[in-house]
Amino acid sequence: MERNSTSAPTEAPIIICRDVQKWFGSFHALKGISMEVMPQEVIVIFGPSGSGKSTFIRTINRLEEHQSGLIIVDGIELTHDVRNIERVRMETGMVFQQFNLFPHLTVMQNITYAPIYNRKWHKREAEKTAMELLERVGIPEQADKYPAQLSGGQQQRVAIARALAMQPKIMLFDEPTSALDPEMIKEVLDVMIELAQSGMTMIVITHEMGFARAVADRLFFFDEGLVVESGTPDELFNAPKEERTKQFLAQILSH
Amino acid sequence: MALPTAPVTDPQTKVLPPDREGKTATAAQWIKENLFRSLFDSVLTIIAVLFLFFALRLALDWVFNLAQWDVITENINILMKGSYPGEQVWRIWLGLYLLGAIVGINLRAWNRELKRSTVAIAAIPLILALLPLASESARLNLIIIQGTIAAAYLLTSIVADQRRRQIASITSILYIPALIVLLEGFTDENGIMPLVKSDLWGGLLLSVLLAAVGIIFSLPLGIILALGRRSKQPAISALCITYIEVVRGVPLISILFMGNIMLQLFMPQSLPPIDRVIRVMVAITLFTAAYMAEIVRGGLQAIPKGQYDAAYALGYSSLKSMRIIILPQALRIVIPVIVSQFIGLLLDTTLVALVGLFDLLGIGQAILSNPNWLGRSQEVYVFIGLIYWILATGMAFASQRLEKTLGVGRNYDGAQ
Repeated sequence: MERNSTSAPTEAPIIICRDVQKWFGSFHALKGISMEVMPQEVIVIFGPSGSGKSTFIRTINRLEEHQSGLIIVDGIELTHDVRNIERVRMETGMVFQQFNLFPHLTVMQNITYAPIYNRKWHKREAEKTAMELLERVGIPEQADKYPAQLSGGQQQRVAIARALAMQPKIMLFDEPTSALDPEMIKEVLDVMIELAQSGMTMIVITHEMGFARAVADRLFFFDEGLVVESGTPDELFNAPKEERTKQFLAQILSH
Repeated sequence: MALPTAPVTDPQTKVLPPDREGKTATAAQWIKENLFRSLFDSVLTIIAVLFLFFALRLALDWVFNLAQWDVITENINILMKGSYPGEQVWRIWLGLYLLGAIVGINLRAWNRELKRSTVAIAAIPLILALLPLASESARLNLIIIQGTIAAAYLLTSIVADQRRRQIASITSILYIPALIVLLEGFTDENGIMPLVKSDLWGGLLLSVLLAAVGIIFSLPLGIILALGRRSKQPAISALCITYIEVVRGVPLISILFMGNIMLQLFMPQSLPPIDRVIRVMVAITLFTAAYMAEIVRGGLQAIPKGQYDAAYALGYSSLKSMRIIILPQALRIVIPVIVSQFIGLLLDTTLVALVGLFDLLGIGQAILSNPNWLGRSQEVYVFIGLIYWILATGMAFASQRLEKTLGVGRNYDGAQ
């Protein structure tokens, strides 16, 4: 809350990335990515596999370390300082392709443990918030089950609720629907659309172009560790400038 | 409640698999089906039954007619507690009352996980009291232990739910040092608790004590070593690897000799000598910890990287993510291996006889070297073997129950 005073809500970007570079051994995964994200903005990133999109959003909460360039999240620069890293991680929620729920904890524990242990909330308070979130994602009746007892779509919705329980300012989605059966994709996308409309700042890696068209403010097309093209959905879908973008969009929109 | 309109989709209605439907097998049918299905089966069944019959007849004949069990009944006290002085035995019983209290607290704290096992564990003293070997005073004491279990269970119920596990952990950890002080004593000869040198401890008391200390302290030490081995700090991981590999490369008996003889030589003269039993306890714990470390490391390797990612992304520090997310899963996976290591540890405590301590087996051999009991080795060894078998099987059974209770939600099928 206090940090708002340092950033005028509409003017200052909440995420600033400048020339972010990353190598895995000798493989140059990110070749200088720059991006600025405004509060409440919804960014969709797409591109072929191996293009660095997943690596890039993992650098934003330091699950991957960037080797050069600058990343500032909510006014905090990501460096080797562990305290800064933990502060940034508390402000950014993340949803993974494989859900990564904790299989030994119930749905309720999955959601409440992070605020209890990392934000020092009282158990009762955390459980109340968790129930509200489960209602928001539409599965309050699953609170006492274990992840393995839920369907993929339900697990991913729990994962979203778990990330939201930390009351993050930013949500990162790393291909949230890619591991789901077709009939479950919609239930997850509906939750994400509702979240976007509620004003959450989001960066979403997805090839669900219907979702992008509906809620994205800007699209970024990644290929070979670079941003090939970016713009509003209108610009990219209707008038892509780069040949590579056209090719890729033709492929994913054909089915 | 509305009646189910579509029974097939109603979860309450169980549809039996086809081969079991409408089948009420009689005993005769079962025997025919399973034992005499073909000529070959029939021959095997007959041979096995004959073999079992003769083996059992021989065994029972020995147990009830040939064996002279007075060697056990006469020596039951020394088998149970070694040379611990008779007038101080109340201290052992007091220790067991306290153990009853600890068990009671833990049963209450974990009763959701233990479920029906709670009653089985709580009834152990009662079962022991019913054994024919127990003397009148032993029966009385066992019933008091039963009482302390019940009392502790009820008292713990008063405490708030979240506090119970804290109390259980703290009291359990404090119990072992308290027991050792209680057994060892701290006053002079006329005081209330005169010193009983640990050389006098023996029998089942010593065996169980050594195993319990090893079990309780080797696991945490093993976890620390396992985490140390995986550490990114080269100094720490090198230190842990060296420790683990050196200890694993050396037989337990040589570590016992080291602890017992060499350690004393290296200690400064000014310090009082460390108690022999304590030295052996330390040696056993340090030895087992190295194996435990490798078991735990195996469990840690089975945890997918996504679990770390998710924990870090939610703001867990690396210490918290280890404690709350990763270790509980890793330890669950390796429960069977840990328990089999514990059983090995229990049985390995018999080696302490070689450094001059009289554990259960050592006492047995001491009894046999007495000319009065010449030629009774069968009875003594069968009795001792039976005790070890009961303890080891009890641990194995407990581990199976534990796996079943903790197994909930462990299945990754839905998630990965």
